[in-house]
Amino acid sequence: MTDTVAPSLPFSGGAAAPGVASRLRALGERSAGWLLPAALLLAWQAACSSGLIANVIMPSPVAVLAAGWRLTLSGELLENMGVSFLRAGAGLLVGGGLGFALGLVNGLSRQAFVLTDSTLQMVRNVPHLALIPMVIVWFGIEEEAKLFLVSLGVFFPLYINTLHGVRSVDPQLVEMARSYGFRGAALFRRVILPGALPSIFVGLRFALGVMWLTLIVAETIAAQSGIGYMAMQARDFMLVDVVVLSILIYALLGKLADVTARVLERRCLAWHPAFQREA
Amino acid sequence: MSALADVSLDSPLDVRPAPGAPVVLRALTKSYGAKRVLRGIDLEVSAGQFVAVVGRSGCGKSTLLRLVAGLERHDAGQVVVASGRTSGESARVMFQEPRLLPWASVLDNVVVGLGPAGAGGEGRQRAIEALARVGLADRAGEWPAVLSGGQKQRVALARALVSRPRLLALDEPLGALDALTRIEMRRLLEAVWLRERFTAILVTHDVGEAVALADRILLIENGALALDIAVEAPRPRRPGAVEAAKLEAEILARLLGDLDDGASRGA
Repeated sequence: MTDTVAPSLPFSGGAAAPGVASRLRALGERSAGWLLPAALLLAWQAACSSGLIANVIMPSPVAVLAAGWRLTLSGELLENMGVSFLRAGAGLLVGGGLGFALGLVNGLSRQAFVLTDSTLQMVRNVPHLALIPMVIVWFGIEEEAKLFLVSLGVFFPLYINTLHGVRSVDPQLVEMARSYGFRGAALFRRVILPGALPSIFVGLRFALGVMWLTLIVAETIAAQSGIGYMAMQARDFMLVDVVVLSILIYALLGKLADVTARVLERRCLAWHPAFQREA
Repeated sequence: MSALADVSLDSPLDVRPAPGAPVVLRALTKSYGAKRVLRGIDLEVSAGQFVAVVGRSGCGKSTLLRLVAGLERHDAGQVVVASGRTSGESARVMFQEPRLLPWASVLDNVVVGLGPAGAGGEGRQRAIEALARVGLADRAGEWPAVLSGGQKQRVALARALVSRPRLLALDEPLGALDALTRIEMRRLLEAVWLRERFTAILVTHDVGEAVALADRILLIENGALALDIAVEAPRPRRPGAVEAAKLEAEILARLLGDLDDGASRGA
């Protein structure tokens, strides 16, 4: 169960009194995290411009930006980003949806758990990326291959954490709700699902990480479109600026997915003490 | 009892105080595995009475309460609450822990007390009234996590009272509170009970609390009733009254004397 961790506590400093000085300090604190990346970027640019690093080994930040602009104008970048995004989304929906549903069913029903859990745990121990050769044999390099791999990858984090969430709902709360006449769907909606939600979100955030990782590998090995394909094509023509651009875009998409999950989490778990300090 | 026979239990939404429900236990037994926790309890609690059940831990007092409240099934014997019905809608439980839903506002937690069908506009109105009765109307919109232990337990009391129960089962509800909050809660419980006149069964390990609140104190030893004492002090009761202290000392002596016996028997 290494996929299960407690929801992270959002960082917040001491209660700052309103005032210009404290506001400035807050601003400084917030921007402090960007100092190091900015310095690194400058050093990188300087090393490239001075010829310390050869351009064929590592393009300068400006060259990467230029490549991004070039590919945006040609439409290639947006098209490939769209393709990758759709693949990721479809895989998350199918695999994540199945994992969530099975997690609920196995969490609620002892019989279903006994029947399916050990099988699922066995499959979980197969590294899904090891299946790539088989997947290529089965599906070629069509969309099904990517969908299959991403779905398989995101299935387990959501399955395990949903199962864990449902099973760890406080039995005292369940007993309380039962004593007030809550049964079946009402009990599920009012007590079990909200109680399992923090754990489900942990699963979702894990799944998002696995989702991008799987997609990068799949697109790099077997694809005819997408960011990974763009990077491989560029390598063939020694366009290192496009390769670095692709890597950065993956990072950006990953960050975007994580931020979305955090916003969702903050909205759904507003009651959670970990999210109340900012309120 | 005859006066209660025609009160319909099917209308838990009646607004005026439903009179308390009488409780009758006959030869009630309960075992967990090989351990017999209750050995044939016979008990009649009249409508509106405030009964405290005391005893050492593991004596079966909590089990007795859980059976009366319908949280568990008994092995043999009978539990009758009100006019021939086993407990259900008419009984409410207050636990040692507040057991509030952390994802529901204080008000929504009280609405839970009306059951799955209670979440309408009228239900919210009644929940607000119930919160006002425990002095927390101004906290209705907050999350339970920001309340103190005593406030949480008051919300739990409001939740238990919002459906105007005829029987309130209290399972050491003040056990986890600090001394001053506990005295406050005792007063609140007494005031609420005086106003609404439900039947109350309070399980507690605190003899002082039993003497302060109850009309009648039952002592349970080894799964059987050992003492049945009426407390006739006038209400509202003041903390620190001399008669109360005497009674408390008597019951404690019995409890502790039994402890000594037990120790010598065990040796």
